[in-house]
Amino acid sequence: MITNPTGRITQGQFSFLPDLTDEQISAQIKWALAHDWAVSIEYTDDPHPRNTYWEMFGLPMFDLKDPAAILMEINEARKTFPNHYIRVMAFNSTRGVESPAMSFIVNRPPNEPGFGLVREEGQGREIRYSFHSYATDKPEGERY
Amino acid sequence: MSETENNSSEVNEVDIDAIYRESEIQDVLDRLDAELVGLVPVKTRIREIAALLLVDKLRRQLDLTAGNPSMHMSFTGNPGTGKTTVAMRMADILHRLGYVRQGHLVAVTRDDLVGQYIGHTAPKTREVLKKAMGGVLFIDEAYYLYKPENERDYGAESIEILLQVMENQRDDLVVILAGYKDRMDKFFESNPGMSSRIAHHIDFPNYNPAELVQIAKLMLAESNYRMSAEAEEVFAQYVVKRMEMPNFANARSIRNALDRARLRQANRLFNSRGRMLTRVDLMTIEAEDFLKSRIFAEGAEDNSQDGE
Repeated sequence: MITNPTGRITQGQFSFLPDLTDEQISAQIKWALAHDWAVSIEYTDDPHPRNTYWEMFGLPMFDLKDPAAILMEINEARKTFPNHYIRVMAFNSTRGVESPAMSFIVNRPPNEPGFGLVREEGQGREIRYSFHSYATDKPEGERY
Repeated sequence: MSETENNSSEVNEVDIDAIYRESEIQDVLDRLDAELVGLVPVKTRIREIAALLLVDKLRRQLDLTAGNPSMHMSFTGNPGTGKTTVAMRMADILHRLGYVRQGHLVAVTRDDLVGQYIGHTAPKTREVLKKAMGGVLFIDEAYYLYKPENERDYGAESIEILLQVMENQRDDLVVILAGYKDRMDKFFESNPGMSSRIAHHIDFPNYNPAELVQIAKLMLAESNYRMSAEAEEVFAQYVVKRMEMPNFANARSIRNALDRARLRQANRLFNSRGRMLTRVDLMTIEAEDFLKSRIFAEGAEDNSQDGE
């Protein structure tokens, strides 16, 4: 993408930064746990920006005290899906808020082909634009 | 060479007192002494562990290697000898010395670790391990995990995961196994991997009668009761008699005996209606509250389950 010369998808927090180290991830999770947010792990291989709901990796983790536990689970997810996008979410269940409070990517495929611009000609001279991820040309599970 | 020597001579002194005070470890050890009667070998070992961790902290300040020692423990001893209580303190001590990060205790038994069908055990065990990370995982009656008579038992799977985490993530959690001595010995025999990964095998001795009386006094003081001098004498006799009976569970039996004494005291006070009761009356447990116990009724029948 022209606006993102590195070709890396930018979703959630810290996605313009270099990949977080495990230590930095721990520090972020510590912040989430300190706020009593439930942390969960999700993965996908469809990088489209409108792909909001990713697959859950295991259940959301409640009642945890220490980031090491979640890091263990993250590493498990990385082992299972080395070439997928994996993100960590923190859900704030406070009444009236009830929404994700944090979301950041902790694993991405080694090679991200990026997006192409698709032009669709409509009625008259109307043109509709959409994104198309080159990765999604292949079937699910075989992308990247 | 001379340069490195110079460097090291700049910081070759550390203030052990400062670290000691900072960790407030004395506070915990004092409380341990005050609130736990007897248990000398246990207290000695805790003191040693505390000293080791403290010295490691100092060594780290001087850039000496301080390998993270393994802190997994096994507590063996008869029922009611204070294994759970000490485990709770242990979490606190390890936290103050910076060995575990959060210092909470997660107490579990077989039911919390082992699943009911294939594929249920691993996630269940991992769930518990995750909860305990940064703290202490206390597995009570750990020998139930291993059932040699049933080779399809899922306990072995749980042990396997436990071992793996105990080895690879010892910075993240401390596992304490507890149980009766003989059965734990058998458990370790059949799981040598488990035994060798546990650095501290601590045996909890039984209490002697004097210690049990003192425990009783502490328990009563906690709930704003006290024994009259006479009652204390009677209670000392009671303890000796109770110890000879089956199903004696050290401090737990004492707690039960005291609960029943309180019941009788309440009944006695209730029957003495018609006069004003004082604060002292409400607090004091008299000799007769113990004497009514079945243990004193001639020849203490052995069929009593709990020594009423």
